[in-house]
Amino acid sequence: MTARIIVLLRFCYDFVVGDDWRVALGVAAALAMTYGISTTSIPAWWIVPAAVAILLPVSLWRGTRL
Amino acid sequence: MGSGALFVAVFLACLAEAVEALTIVLAAGAGRDWRSAITGAGTAVAVLALLVAALGPALTAIPLATLRLVVGGLLLIFGLQWLRKAILRAGGLKARHDETAIYRTELAAAQAAPTESRGSLAHAADWYSFTVSFKGVLLEGLEVAFIAVTFGANQRNIPLAAAAAVAAVVLVTGAGIAVRAPLARVPENSMKFAVGIMLTSFGLFWGAEGAGASWPGGDAALLMVVPAVALFALALVAALRLITKGRHAPASTPAGRP
Repeated sequence: MTARIIVLLRFCYDFVVGDDWRVALGVAAALAMTYGISTTSIPAWWIVPAAVAILLPVSLWRGTRL
Repeated sequence: MGSGALFVAVFLACLAEAVEALTIVLAAGAGRDWRSAITGAGTAVAVLALLVAALGPALTAIPLATLRLVVGGLLLIFGLQWLRKAILRAGGLKARHDETAIYRTELAAAQAAPTESRGSLAHAADWYSFTVSFKGVLLEGLEVAFIAVTFGANQRNIPLAAAAAVAAVVLVTGAGIAVRAPLARVPENSMKFAVGIMLTSFGLFWGAEGAGASWPGGDAALLMVVPAVALFALALVAALRLITKGRHAPASTPAGRP
């Protein structure tokens, strides 16, 4: 039973997080930062695109090294 | 742009995954038993349809801002994964999907596996074919079902997303029946590249909006976001190709030496 739960959890992790956990973490951090900044008068729309502009090349760079 | 983009994104995602699932079903059917392979694939499609039918209405009940935050974030993570793999493939740093090679491997595995029947499953004469087909279709389809449900829920148009998914499955199934071979000529890698761009663009747009950001120009900003993501991805492909070329170039010989 425990083994099946572990298999299910591992599948869920692979399904959602995928090959590079740093990308998932980066997206979550960018959304949290957007939420935080959107409560101020500063525009917050640029944070997620900026995160993508950093996360994707970094993830690719790591992918080419592995 | 909304409905058209929704249809195209779900259709292409479903088409790409259906081509992969078809290869598995064809190998299980040709290598072992057609009836069991088709029963397995049909059962998996029924499970996926139930999942969409159950999750769809549940998701539309969630407030739009919360839905966009959660779903946007997940779509963005999915999109970046699809895009990462597609860029690595286009840049020559990851093997491209070769349905013919995958078919040969799956066929050899199916023919080598021992025969085993389960009496409890009335329609499945061969357990291996049933299981391989079921797992193949379910796993390939799960992500697409999620994309269809989340895209549809965000646009408040799940029927259109479901129609796009069904259209892709019908097209691939029809082509599979006609050709009776893996659909190796389908530009799978290009389709995945396009889906990655769509998922990333919509994910970042909805995610930021759900987190409270206001896009300049409102929904019209998507008309800038999609091409911007596409250009960025193409620039990364060009950069990777340069790196690959540099790696494979012969080492320069110092002047004066042979």
